[in-house]
Amino acid sequence: ADLRSTLVTTNSKKMSRWSHVTEAPPDPILGVSVAFKADTDASKVNLGIGAYRDENGKPWVLGCVKEADKMIDAELQAGKIDLEYLPVQGYQPFLDLTSEVILGKESKALKEKRVAVVQSLSGTGALRVAAEFIKMYAPNTVVYCSDPTWGNHFTIFGKAGLETRKYRYLTKKMTLDIDGLLEDLKAAPEGATFVLHTVAHNPSGVDPTQDQWKEISKVAIAKKAICIFDTAYQGYASGNLDKDAWSVRYFADELGLEIMVTQSYSKNFGLYGERIGALNIVTSDASTVPKIRSQLNGIIRPMISNPQLHGARLVATVLNDAKLTKQWNEELKIMSDRIVTMRTSLRDALVKLGCQPPSTVFPDWNHIVDQIGMFAFTGLQAKHVDILTTKHHIYCTKNGRFSMAGVNPGNVEKIAAAMKDALDTAGPSDS
Amino acid sequence: RALISQVSDCAMLARTLRTAAPAANFGARAMSRWNAERIPMGPADPILGLNEQFNKDTFDKKINLGVGAYRDDNGKPWVLPSVKAAEEKLVKEGWNGAFQKEYAGITGIKEFNDASVKFAYGADSAVIKEKRLAVAQVLSGTGGGRLAFEFFARFLGKGTPIYMPDPTWANHLPMAKDAGMSLETYRYYDKKTVGLDFAGLMEDVKGAPDGSVFMFHACAHNPTGVDPTMEQWKEISALCKSKGHTLFIDTAYQGFASGDADKDASALRQFVADGNDVCVAQSFAKNFGLYGDRIGCFSFVGSNSEEAERILSQLKIIIRPMYSNPPIHGARIVATVLDDPKLNPQWYAECKSMADRIITMRDALKSNLAKEGSVKNWEHVTSQIGMFCFSGMTPEQVGRMKDEFHIYMTKNGRISMAGVTSKNVEYLAHAMHQCTK
Repeated sequence: ADLRSTLVTTNSKKMSRWSHVTEAPPDPILGVSVAFKADTDASKVNLGIGAYRDENGKPWVLGCVKEADKMIDAELQAGKIDLEYLPVQGYQPFLDLTSEVILGKESKALKEKRVAVVQSLSGTGALRVAAEFIKMYAPNTVVYCSDPTWGNHFTIFGKAGLETRKYRYLTKKMTLDIDGLLEDLKAAPEGATFVLHTVAHNPSGVDPTQDQWKEISKVAIAKKAICIFDTAYQGYASGNLDKDAWSVRYFADELGLEIMVTQSYSKNFGLYGERIGALNIVTSDASTVPKIRSQLNGIIRPMISNPQLHGARLVATVLNDAKLTKQWNEELKIMSDRIVTMRTSLRDALVKLGCQPPSTVFPDWNHIVDQIGMFAFTGLQAKHVDILTTKHHIYCTKNGRFSMAGVNPGNVEKIAAAMKDALDTAGPSDS
Repeated sequence: RALISQVSDCAMLARTLRTAAPAANFGARAMSRWNAERIPMGPADPILGLNEQFNKDTFDKKINLGVGAYRDDNGKPWVLPSVKAAEEKLVKEGWNGAFQKEYAGITGIKEFNDASVKFAYGADSAVIKEKRLAVAQVLSGTGGGRLAFEFFARFLGKGTPIYMPDPTWANHLPMAKDAGMSLETYRYYDKKTVGLDFAGLMEDVKGAPDGSVFMFHACAHNPTGVDPTMEQWKEISALCKSKGHTLFIDTAYQGFASGDADKDASALRQFVADGNDVCVAQSFAKNFGLYGDRIGCFSFVGSNSEEAERILSQLKIIIRPMYSNPPIHGARIVATVLDDPKLNPQWYAECKSMADRIITMRDALKSNLAKEGSVKNWEHVTSQIGMFCFSGMTPEQVGRMKDEFHIYMTKNGRISMAGVTSKNVEYLAHAMHQCTK
């Protein structure tokens, strides 16, 4: 048998039906971590992937999560819970809680039972299910994503067979280009889909103000747009869950609009690898909820059959326990405070070094401090990133996006020095 | 989704539907963009209906034979002790000595992938030694199958047909359709013999165009429990090789079928040894009892390691816009067990005990049917293998089983042997005899 398979190996190179399968490029974001792991330099810094690190650069499993893990294990050991299949829509105790996290305790939509919710594989899974649902029921929509946005947005909606377009988002000096944004959305066809970042825009960290959200909502109403709120950083951005949810609650409750909201618990619960999130579809008519959910289930079933237990149990355990929920809120504040502190530290370190801003468009480095959430859109470009990586072993995505969680007191000066070196060497960013 | 409504026998359609929420009554109901004319209710789940009826039934001897998960001799779910030990270890020691819940990477946890393919292909497998496998952790068997079908649709063309056995697990159909493939069947189950239509199968494998895509169930065919013999598998494999077919092997019951993991992988390994173009989806839902943790492994045998790398890079492209990277928990459990010199054999024995109990119940059912005085041929009860038994009962007989005896099974006469216990097997045999004599 071994000889036969060897013969096949030698001969089949010519005959393989998979010869035409090309090597795909590494994922631009996840590929950064792969490269980082392969680097043997002791002082290497990972500013690529958006995962929280403590002040020593270590991953942090939240105390409330550790406690929940212990509680779940105790129940499992005692035979009080098992590992049976979940229903297609997910773990009911989790579902009962998750919508309230984003929509709020006072949510009219929830009180009137106008929310169809399914458990998802974090934010990506929720977006994909939403995209497939939109493809089924609004196939001619055009999906508008911000420029820039999280790269996977285009891939997800494209994979579902939907046409995608960009709406302007940033000025050259990294402030919100509200005029460009509104102009592009006003030019959208009726029934277009607007992909909005609930808070802590990825990758720019630039969010609309409340007044600007109101302007956006007027266009959404005029266009009868399907609004999808991608919520990956609730609580993680400002440290306050309600504050970070303002945009969603304004659209859903104050305006009473039908919106979709995806949730990820990767960052705010630190549950990255557990892949836990949800897709909420807010409808104006409660009688449509079971139908919507049945169709969402019809999408999920041929993808994964039913979702996974563990992450859902962790979130539900914490949210069902007043003490653990309080602890969670405190730990959220710790994470977001540390990020804010590091923004200030990095800005100060750059100023101390006399490092020029990335180009003449920027008056200073204050955009790093003004931005919110996990990421800083530094204004550096690929030519700078290459120097950061190859010379200084500092890893980030080519668009100059830094995960601020990767910055700590032990490396902030090295990072600032490397940035100065990159700008001195490669010159300012091209406009 | 229209296909689901056509399929009456469903191994494991989960409880997808709730009864409609009472409509909110607030005056002029706002016209939803998702209103009823546009969004109909999805098709009803027959297993859910069965479960609901069973739960309402107050008869003390009622039996639920629709369940698609293992039950112990008291009819209870069973969390394997080796799994419990691994769970405890993770909580106490973390993963690889560290407490972290970091992203696993698109193709999942390496230790899990390495252990999984050794389990499926054999520790001494040439394809592993030669690094010819593109391997990705996936969302159990469903995730593995969907990944395969997406890959085929992308690289062989949208609408490429996949040949599935008739019948197959209901979810296979929408998995293939949603991935962009079209559906074909090959003859498999012979109603007359309650066994394999081997001649029909071979004819259909031969009659398909060269280089077609065929799906085989590695062992314990779902829903019939009818497997080819090893001699038949050898013929099937040789024929596939001569036709240049590409094979997808759905492996949901390795170790759980006969109790011997190598034996259960014989067909898979035969396909590989004969040099077929093969990919495999492994599920650890049944053999590890990790149903809800959604843990599986997908592997593609490339003609060489360079091809495996290319294929792997493209698998990542499919996974990233679906869920980015897989859930870590189930993978850590399986890897912890398989890599532990004490837990590995312990688990193996536990898995074998599940297979043994099912086999014992098959024997008991057959002998009790004889004791009842049935003169029908019930050979298939013990010749079939795995979780399910295609009893051969008609829909009318199935209806009587429910109405007169409070025994619940799907209309196609499929019995989940996991629902049979030493305490209820006599009653079951009695009922079956009454309905079929």
